[in-house]
Amino acid sequence: MAAILEFERPIQELENKINELRKFSSEKGIDLSNEIAILEKRAGEVRKSIYGNLNSWQHVLIARHPQRPNTYDYINFIFDDFIELHGDRYFGDDPAVVGGVGWFNGRPVTVIGQLKGKDTNENLARNFGMAHPEGYRKAVRLMKQAEKFNRPVICFIDTPGAYPGIGAEERGQFEAIARSMSVMSTLKVPIVTIVIGEGFSGGALGIGVGDRILMQEHAIYSVITPEGYASILWKDSSRARDAAEAIRIIARDILELGVADKIIAEPLGGAHQDPEAAAAMLGKALTETLDELLKLKLEDLTSQRYEKFRSIGNLK
Amino acid sequence: MVLDAFRKQKNVAAPLELENRDIPDGIWSKCGHCGEILLNKDLIRNYKVCQCGFHFRLTAPERIQMTLDSGSFREIDAGLLPVNPFALSDYAGKLVEARNKSGLNEAVIYGEGTIDKIPVVVVVMDTNFMMASMGTVAGEKITRAMELATAECKPLIIFAASGGARMQEGILSLMQLAKTVEALARLNEAGQLYITVITDPTTGGVSASFAALGDIILAEPDSMIGFTGPRVIEQTIRQKLPEGFQRAEFFKQHGFIDKIVPRPQMKETLAKLLALHLQGEK
Ligand SMILES: [Zn+2]
Repeated sequence: MAAILEFERPIQELENKINELRKFSSEKGIDLSNEIAILEKRAGEVRKSIYGNLNSWQHVLIARHPQRPNTYDYINFIFDDFIELHGDRYFGDDPAVVGGVGWFNGRPVTVIGQLKGKDTNENLARNFGMAHPEGYRKAVRLMKQAEKFNRPVICFIDTPGAYPGIGAEERGQFEAIARSMSVMSTLKVPIVTIVIGEGFSGGALGIGVGDRILMQEHAIYSVITPEGYASILWKDSSRARDAAEAIRIIARDILELGVADKIIAEPLGGAHQDPEAAAAMLGKALTETLDELLKLKLEDLTSQRYEKFRSIGNLK
Repeated sequence: MVLDAFRKQKNVAAPLELENRDIPDGIWSKCGHCGEILLNKDLIRNYKVCQCGFHFRLTAPERIQMTLDSGSFREIDAGLLPVNPFALSDYAGKLVEARNKSGLNEAVIYGEGTIDKIPVVVVVMDTNFMMASMGTVAGEKITRAMELATAECKPLIIFAASGGARMQEGILSLMQLAKTVEALARLNEAGQLYITVITDPTTGGVSASFAALGDIILAEPDSMIGFTGPRVIEQTIRQKLPEGFQRAEFFKQHGFIDKIVPRPQMKETLAKLLALHLQGEK
């Protein structure tokens, strides 16, 4: 059972009532199917109305839902015989970045993704999905490897940002992110990046320079978290909700702004309501996108990648 | 600080020659490091470097004047104005304020000029304009400079300075990092020289994109560099950062900077590097 978000209460209340009636009906042998049907219809309407009119902050809550499928979940659902590969070959292995090889639709692919945990222990082990330089350097190593063996790269973005710490800075966080973007900008194989939860700052973009940027329906993407925006610009982190509206971070906005290429639908209420169905939808979108990219000649692929970023926020 | 060394060297650069109109308003400035009161006319002749070695931050016009051959600079796209994609009223106000404070239309200026008669494309970021944060137009100007250098086969020099991305432009500001990195890749493929000069401070997205990718990365002494600013790190780890953390000298020691160059030697150092990358023999 997924944890309930505040704005989902009305749905929850109706569902509780329905369950009570069912229990009562079976215990006492009284037929309440009419009453139950009315309530179920009502619950369906309330669901549609709530999930169909989410504000930006409610998208943020869904994007950060503790039970939202993470990179590992999608890897398990979508790729066959996935083998995780570890380490940057310089310093260490970053637990916040997962990478490896597996099959997708009968084709070997390289998969790289930021990994958030689902509870406190997992999150502590994964640094809440915040990568160190060795995470970006592992990504670079695996991307170069993908290029050598001519297999597409799929990147899952899910991070509040790069890790802010002494070691991360000392080992050149800025250089690691820049280098990863630079390698992606000229990589000679297709790159699909998919924002599956939250994508914030250069920490997210460090594995985000792709031929296509897909976003799940409730994913969010921006330069800084709403909390960071509110605390830096308004000196008031409690205004994160306002910031989420102001700088347009939800998938629909990112598509309109010409940054995302496609939105991947999610099960009603968010991917956590039905992770397997969410993965199936994501897999279908990925299939379509990869099919498009694999048809392109190499020089068209890289020149389109250039044009994609060149034209963002076009002034003309 | 390790800044005194250059004054003991033999080829200390000649004092900067300036017209009276170039001397900033006010008669004196206070050094941010030693507290010494300095006459502005003396300060500017010494490249805005205090006796103690402290480098005052420069405006973009000062930087151009101290670096390029006199009168050689031709600014391009000076009239490009910042955009306010989400029509935020507080951002609109900040832009007006920044324009008044800096006398610039954006935090970035770029153009063509010469250094010791060698033609270059140069980009200068000015912290007086919203801490030289990088928005859509700043990113566009930097990208155009890269494309110009590629098209005209000229070396590119970028004086980086920035508090990071221009947050008020949201995702569009973030994407400027990718845009500049892509344009740099083309310059690189064309075999053209790109020199980064890190100045105080160079943080956030600017540090993590084009500023980190120079063929040669120079830095002014004691410049603050890093992806995450020190205050955010201190809040996260709940301890004070060591003295000198994230300064140019620190990153040189950790292998991320080629050379620290005091400002009076900057032009000469750039000229030597440019000459070493000219086609053909001496
Ligand atoms: Zn001083």
